[in-house]
Amino acid sequence: MNPLTICLLISALLFATGFAGAVTRRHAILVLVGIELMLNAANLNLIAFWRFGPHPEALTGFIFVLFSMALAAAEAAVGLSLVIAIYRHQQTSNLDEVRELKG
Amino acid sequence: MSTLLIITAVVTLFAAVAAMSLRNLVHCALMLAVSFSGVAALYLQLNAEFVAFTEILVYVGAVAILIVMAILLTRSGESPEKSVLTAGWYAGVAVTAMVFTTLGWAILSSSALPQTVAPAPVVSVKNIGDTLMGRYVLPLEIVGLVLTAAMIGAVLIAFKAEPRDKNQKS
Amino acid sequence: MFEQLNRFFAPVDQIFVTTLHWLVGFLPAAWRPVASSMLCIAFILMVFPALFSIVTIFERKGIGRIQNRYGPNRVGIPGTKIRLAGFGQFLPDGLKMLTKEDIVPRAADKLVHFLAPVVLLIPVLLTYAVLPFGRNMALADYDAGLLFFFAVGGAVEVSVFMAGWSSRNKYSLLGAMRAIAQMLSYEIPLILSSVTVVMIVGSLNLTRIVEAQAGHTFGLANWFVFTPWGLLGYLIFFIASLAESNRSPFDLPEAESEIIAGYFTEYSGFKFALFFLGEYLGMFAIIGLGITLFLGGWTAPFACLDFIPSYLWFLTKMLGIVFIFIWIRATLPRLRMDQLMNFAWKFMLPLALLNVLVAGLWHYLAIGPLRWIACATIIIVAYVALGRGLMRHQKLGQRTYRYAD
Repeated sequence: MNPLTICLLISALLFATGFAGAVTRRHAILVLVGIELMLNAANLNLIAFWRFGPHPEALTGFIFVLFSMALAAAEAAVGLSLVIAIYRHQQTSNLDEVRELKG
Repeated sequence: MSTLLIITAVVTLFAAVAAMSLRNLVHCALMLAVSFSGVAALYLQLNAEFVAFTEILVYVGAVAILIVMAILLTRSGESPEKSVLTAGWYAGVAVTAMVFTTLGWAILSSSALPQTVAPAPVVSVKNIGDTLMGRYVLPLEIVGLVLTAAMIGAVLIAFKAEPRDKNQKS
Repeated sequence: MFEQLNRFFAPVDQIFVTTLHWLVGFLPAAWRPVASSMLCIAFILMVFPALFSIVTIFERKGIGRIQNRYGPNRVGIPGTKIRLAGFGQFLPDGLKMLTKEDIVPRAADKLVHFLAPVVLLIPVLLTYAVLPFGRNMALADYDAGLLFFFAVGGAVEVSVFMAGWSSRNKYSLLGAMRAIAQMLSYEIPLILSSVTVVMIVGSLNLTRIVEAQAGHTFGLANWFVFTPWGLLGYLIFFIASLAESNRSPFDLPEAESEIIAGYFTEYSGFKFALFFLGEYLGMFAIIGLGITLFLGGWTAPFACLDFIPSYLWFLTKMLGIVFIFIWIRATLPRLRMDQLMNFAWKFMLPLALLNVLVAGLWHYLAIGPLRWIACATIIIVAYVALGRGLMRHQKLGQRTYRYAD
């Protein structure tokens, strides 16, 4: 079992954890937590392939991960402000109760 | 196969599972910060130092704090009395199991993965800077625009609504 | 003549490095890197808490003298009658903190309450790893050392939140929220002012940044603080580091007259001592970074004084800036939360962005009086315009002074 397989399995487990949380938890913020875990798992995958794959000196995977982190932070900010706006509107952040399109 | 890699991975996965399954939301957010630090430690072992420092700066220093602030602003600090799982959670667990099985089978039975371990690449910050401003300058500028738009958008969405907007609801 | 002095004192300059190599040479080759790191870490853990105890005495006596009273002046060496003008005060204070009862509120979240001081100390101690204390004396010479410092320094906010929230106390939570908002707001001018240094030097490595300030022109050192953009950058960095360490005039999160003690209200005994230690160690670390970036690190201000060992220069500069911190604490009144945030976002952030522009202009203009005049003019005009512009709606009364007789 070379290190690349181990890293890929770790990132697959992390992805599965984030995914499980994002689809089973009731609170809107925890769905965002799951999404952040999934993004981290994907970044780990990219860095593992950068390190153990061909041409690591081209820095492709590295730069991809830097951009991915920046965009994940932006998406977390916008997502959490959406959750705050929904809470202000519906007085709940329980995803089972936010079911109506009526504003 | 290094023991430090396995230990870091176990800590990270444990923290991630705890982040998704605890009842108290603030504990979930703190365990998420721990799992981010674990992922940064994994990056350090894969010789990606710059990415590890960026991960701590961006995720632990900013995203975790953002999540904690959102928890406090939506008054979710206390433990919930009812169930924490949504309706139909068993379907979610089933899909997760299928996803993980597919991924694991693909990883373990793939013949495209290189079997030899190359020596660690030497990445200097100058190389990263040259690559970012040379080959990837267009994505860099676009990411700058996206971050500005996200910042302005987040502020606008979370702004308190003016009273006159409520009178204009149809 | 000075070269002879420098050569004579060069072994003294490198005495810690030579001692380290000599001690580590006794061990087999496989153990040497680990042993070397352990010895360096032990050295840092001995020196900086000792500096912390001395600085607490200096602070109390200094603030006392500025307020026209004596500070602690009785405790010398405990058990004897030697008074030492009060400089032994830290020993009974430390013993007091250690032996006080550790009270945890009943409703507190026990594990998080226990871990908050630990989570404060670990990132703060980690930041000392990249600071160059002297020639060849940085523990971890990362290529991205400056990024490491800011990344680990930002992890302190998690601990502040843990302390404030786990106490289940409204004052603690309010203090923690204020502290996090303040730290986040002032991190941006801090990082932007250090970006100007990175731009001019071309590297994030702290040792390279110090070496870029090593020459002397007309006898005065090439420190970045002696350039227009460096002076503005250092002022911004200085004010932002006052805010990052929660020192007056930015100490609203822990002000005793406002919010009892902010986020460490519910901590007593050793945990309070750990918070106190963590705060002061963080202050030393960020002062050390300011010295490295702008004040030349371990280099001497004048070429004739180059023979004095490099670590002594670093220590002198650090003590000097600590003295200025204490002076400001005793002199200026506290800023209110909204004044603090306005100052950060509306004044320091535009000035820091302008500083980046001015540093770029400095780099591309030819060496001579033109670039001095151009950069200084832009900075002064912007500073005055922003200052006057932001203050035009304040209706302030006539300034009066009253002195104690």
